[in-house]
This record gives sequence, C-alpha cells and structure tokens, in this order.
Amino acid sequence: MSQSKGRFGVHGGQYIPETLMNAVIELEDAYNRYKDDPEFKRELTDLLNNYAGRPSLLYYAEKLTRELGGAKIYLKREDLNHTGSHKINNVLGQALLAKKMGKTRLIAETGAGQHGVATATAAALLDMECVVFMGEEDTKRQALNVYRMKLLGADVVPVKSGTATLKDAVSEAMREWTSRIDDTHYCLGSVMGPHPFPTIVRDFQAVISSESREQLLKKEGRLPDAVIACVGGGSNAIGSFYHYIQDSSVRLIGCEAAGRGIDTFETAATVNTGRIGIFHGMKSYFCQDEYGQIAPVYSISAGLDYPGVGPEHAHLHDIGRAEYVPVTDDEAVNAFEYLSRTEGIIPAIESAHAIAYAMKLAPTMDKDKIIIVTVSGRGDKDCAAIARYRGEDIYE
Amino acid sequence: MSKIAKSFENGKAFIPFITCGDPDLETTAKVVRAAAENGADLIELGIPFSDPTAEGPVIQGANIRALAGGVTTDKIFDLVHELRRDVKIPIVFMTYSNVVFSYGAERFMSKCKETEIDGIILPDLPFEEKEEFSDTARKYGIDIISLIAPTSENRISMIAKEAEGFIYIVSSLGVTGLRNEITTNIGDIVRVIHENSKVPCAVGFGISKPEQAKKMASVSDGAIVGSAIIKIIEKYGRDAAPYVGEYVKSMKEAVLSAG
Repeated sequence: MSQSKGRFGVHGGQYIPETLMNAVIELEDAYNRYKDDPEFKRELTDLLNNYAGRPSLLYYAEKLTRELGGAKIYLKREDLNHTGSHKINNVLGQALLAKKMGKTRLIAETGAGQHGVATATAAALLDMECVVFMGEEDTKRQALNVYRMKLLGADVVPVKSGTATLKDAVSEAMREWTSRIDDTHYCLGSVMGPHPFPTIVRDFQAVISSESREQLLKKEGRLPDAVIACVGGGSNAIGSFYHYIQDSSVRLIGCEAAGRGIDTFETAATVNTGRIGIFHGMKSYFCQDEYGQIAPVYSISAGLDYPGVGPEHAHLHDIGRAEYVPVTDDEAVNAFEYLSRTEGIIPAIESAHAIAYAMKLAPTMDKDKIIIVTVSGRGDKDCAAIARYRGEDIYE
Repeated sequence: MSKIAKSFENGKAFIPFITCGDPDLETTAKVVRAAAENGADLIELGIPFSDPTAEGPVIQGANIRALAGGVTTDKIFDLVHELRRDVKIPIVFMTYSNVVFSYGAERFMSKCKETEIDGIILPDLPFEEKEEFSDTARKYGIDIISLIAPTSENRISMIAKEAEGFIYIVSSLGVTGLRNEITTNIGDIVRVIHENSKVPCAVGFGISKPEQAKKMASVSDGAIVGSAIIKIIEKYGRDAAPYVGEYVKSMKEAVLSAG
C-alpha cells in the first residue's frame, strides 16, 4: 500500500488525476536528485545573482518608521528583482530543473501576470516554449503584463471558464498538463497544488528569509520581532517566513486579501473565511459553500484573488505558528499610496496588503522592536487600476 | 461480491454518464430511465462540481448549467431514492473529492448505502490518496472505482490489485470530451490488469460513435460515454430522454457486436 506524500499536518497530499501521477513522481525524483547537486546549485545561484539581481536589498524604511512612530520597519525588496517580483526566484529554479529533466516546454497559470511574466522570461532565457493561462478577467485588469509575456515570446491563453480569474487559470493549466506531459513541465507559481509543488516552490522562495536573516543580523545583530507578507497561494509569505519558523520569538504574519471585507461575499481571505477542503491537488483551507462548491472570490488584487491557500500555511495556522489577518481593498490602496509618498517606493497592490498591516502594527510596538515587511513586487502594473479605484481614468 | 459485477454479465457493458440536474432533475430522472430501458448496464451519475478539473468543455458546461439550476448533493440523493423505485441496474456516482469531503465522508457513504448507490468515481483521488475515503466506503459497501490512465505504466498492477467494482480505463491523455481517434494501446493495459485482478474494466474518455465503442469493448469489458450524451441533452433539453434512449440502444448494440 502506497502512502500519501507531502503532508503538512493534515494538509497537502496529491489529489490529482491518475494521468498526472507519474509526472509528479518523476518531478519529485528529479528534484531530490538535483536539489543538493553542487552543479545545479551553482547554476541556479549564478542565475539568481547575475540575472535576477539577488540578493535583494533589506532596506531600512526610516521615514516610514518615523511617521508611524513605533517599531523599526525594514522592507525586503523583492520588487527590485528582475521582472519585478519574487516570482522569478521560483521560476528560475523550476525552469532549470525542467531543463535538466529534458522538458522543452513550460506552462504556467498567472493571476496578476507576475508569475506569467517570470515564466516567459525564464523560457526566453533557457530556450524553452512557453504557454501561460490567464483568466480572461485578469487579462483585462493586467493588459500590460499580457503584452510583456507576448513580447517575451510566450503564448497567452485567456481562460473563460468559471470566474475567469486565477483559480480557473490553474484549472486550465492542470487540464493542459494532463493532455501533454512528455515534453511539458507545469511551472506552478505558488506553494500550492499537489506534492511536490508546495515543497519545491517553498524551497526556491526560502532564499528571501535566508537573505533577510543574514542581512538583519549584520545590520542589527538580532532577529526581527515580526515578519509580514501578503498571502494569496502564499509563496512570497512562506519564503519570507521559512528560516524563522524555528525561532518562536519571531511573529509570522500573513496578510490575506479581504476584498470588500470578511463579512461580505466579496472577499478572498481563505484562512479567515474558508473551511478545510480538497481542491487543486491539495487538502487545505478553501472558500466554499456548504456543499463544497468552490466560492467565487474577490479582491482588487488579481494576484491574491484565489479561493485557497498553500497547505503549509494552513498547517502553520492550525498549530498557531503564523497569524493570518484580513486586509481590505481600501486599506491596501491607502498603503499603496502611502508607501509611494513616504518612501518613494510603489509596491504591487498585493504587497500593499502587507504594508497596510505593518501600518497598523508598527505604532503598537516599542521603538526598539523590528518588523520586516516583504515588498513582493513593484506596483507599476497596478497604477491604472488604482487610478480607476480613485475615480480617475488614465490611458497607457 | 460487488453488485457492479452484474453489469458485466450481459455481454460487453455499456455505461452512460449523465450529469445530475442538467438542465433539471426531472429531465435527469427521465434520461436515466430511458438509458436503463434501452440497455445501459450501469449508470454513472455526475454530481456537479464548480471546478471540474478533469472535464473538457462539454461536461464543464453541464456542471455549470446544473449548479446554476440550484442542484445540491441532497437533492441528488433524493433523486436517486426516487429512481430506485424502478431502476434496478447498478448506479455509481462520479464527482470530485471535495463534494464528498465537504458533505462528510461518513454521512455521504451512509446516504449512498441508503439510496443503493453501488460505487463512486473520484477522478482527483489517485491510489495514493484513496485512504481518505476507503475505510468509510468499505463500511457501507460502496466501491471506490479505480482509474488507470495511458501514463500509468508501472502503476497498473499496483492499482489493479486493490481495485473493486470495475476499473475505469482512461483512453487518452487530457480531459473528457469527444475524440476522432484513440491511439493508446488499450489491449496492453487490459492484459496487465487481468494478470492482477478479476475485476472487469471499461474504457472511457473520447468515445462517441458506435464504431469506437465497439473497438474499445472488443479489447476490454465495456465502454463508457459521457460527453456525447451530454451533447444530446444540451441539444434537446427537457425533451432529451427519447433521444438518449435511442443513442444508448445503438451503443449497447455496438458493444454487444464486439463479442
């Protein structure tokens, strides 16, 4: 009898069609073979440092700290990575792994377009074919990223099924993978889906906390008191948390997209409003109705607009190691504008959810406390949408 | 012995798939009866799911229509209860793990027993995860139907050894839906299954025409058809029952002619 693999407490597993089982087993074997291989590690580090621009800065936001009047705030600047977000960390790892496995084609889902752009970028660099599935609704919200992907040589497939957003893009990418496995790697963009994806993606994103830990120790000689990151599927958050999980003095805070509020149906705050379930290959928390039908979710942020959360986050929530707090559209937009004005840094609307919570938390903490907030991406892509939110139409 | 075995005693089996509540439950009841009266050996009843990741566009559409019409798991149990007054052939559910998990495995399986459901097909529950529901299903005598795919290769014997009810052979890569040609060597898969299991096996995914059904039945124990039936229901709506009956009759004749 074969045992279920890839569990985080009760969460995780491999709830996928039989057609894909050998593909995920092959991926797991390859990952175990290469993850500690010195040559693979050297190649990946070279790509991360000399192509993606790592290590990313740990920036002391002095003005922000002063204005909020509490804990010292450091920003982990994933927005400065090549392609403008943390997504490139995972994509370079998976694309290199896929190449080693002899795959010639990458497929990916994307919400805001950041993961799609990162995948298209890696495919261009490594001479691979690339097809990105994107909810039709999101192709409208993020037209600039659609153009970027095409410019990079990728095919972008608008997904019309369901709510035409991120969850439907994931479903469609899974369907595509079922139909073409031999030459194709599904480059999943978050710490979700069937094992081994939540582990692989976490390991590739863990570079964020491995760097921030070292950087903060160097600057302050101590660990942070809190680490804050936004959570959709949860890849930048798990990457930001990972190397602090064993340090119980460090609060780990994931910011979920509450949309118009967790007391409304227009929300995407999975841990706060969802129930345990099985979907997209994993057991975890999902927004769903009493019969297990997956609920349509809503957030101003296309990247957090997902009805589930990665299984490791679900587990960290269950054991009380991490906290998951809701942040509304309105709070996120305010933070988007506030960080732009105070620090001259325009964060992605996703990351603005983390900034918004830091703005609430910092003033409640003493001045000798330290918070690290991950700025997971840059906000250029969001300017038109935020302008619309404020009732202003701008033409790109 | 599973009651499902009886479905394979009338020559090669023909198994139609019907999504419950597409376009409404009254139509589903009529369509199921028409299929049973025209030679269906086993009925596969779909409980709709919001995000059916193993389905192609045709069955996705049926799921959307059914859910939009307000169908729920409870209403479907009521439907089966009503059907069981006269429909005596085996019936299995086809749905997704979250539908069962969310309802509560214990409650779901006990309702299955109560309404004489014989088995359940969950395309997102592979061998490695079947313990999620297997103990509960066994307790109530519900078979969990195993799927075997063209990519299963070294996994076929492992899956076949623990199979119950019947084995669902997925004919092709990809999702459900009509195909012009099925290129997988089904005969090779069936040989390995039969070396490891006494459970019958039927082939599904991509079958729509009598010739295809005959060909698939000739190398296995039966043929399963979903999308082609859903298309008939989509076309004729509430008047679909006699058309589905006619289609089932022609398909049963085709599989019988396969020997």
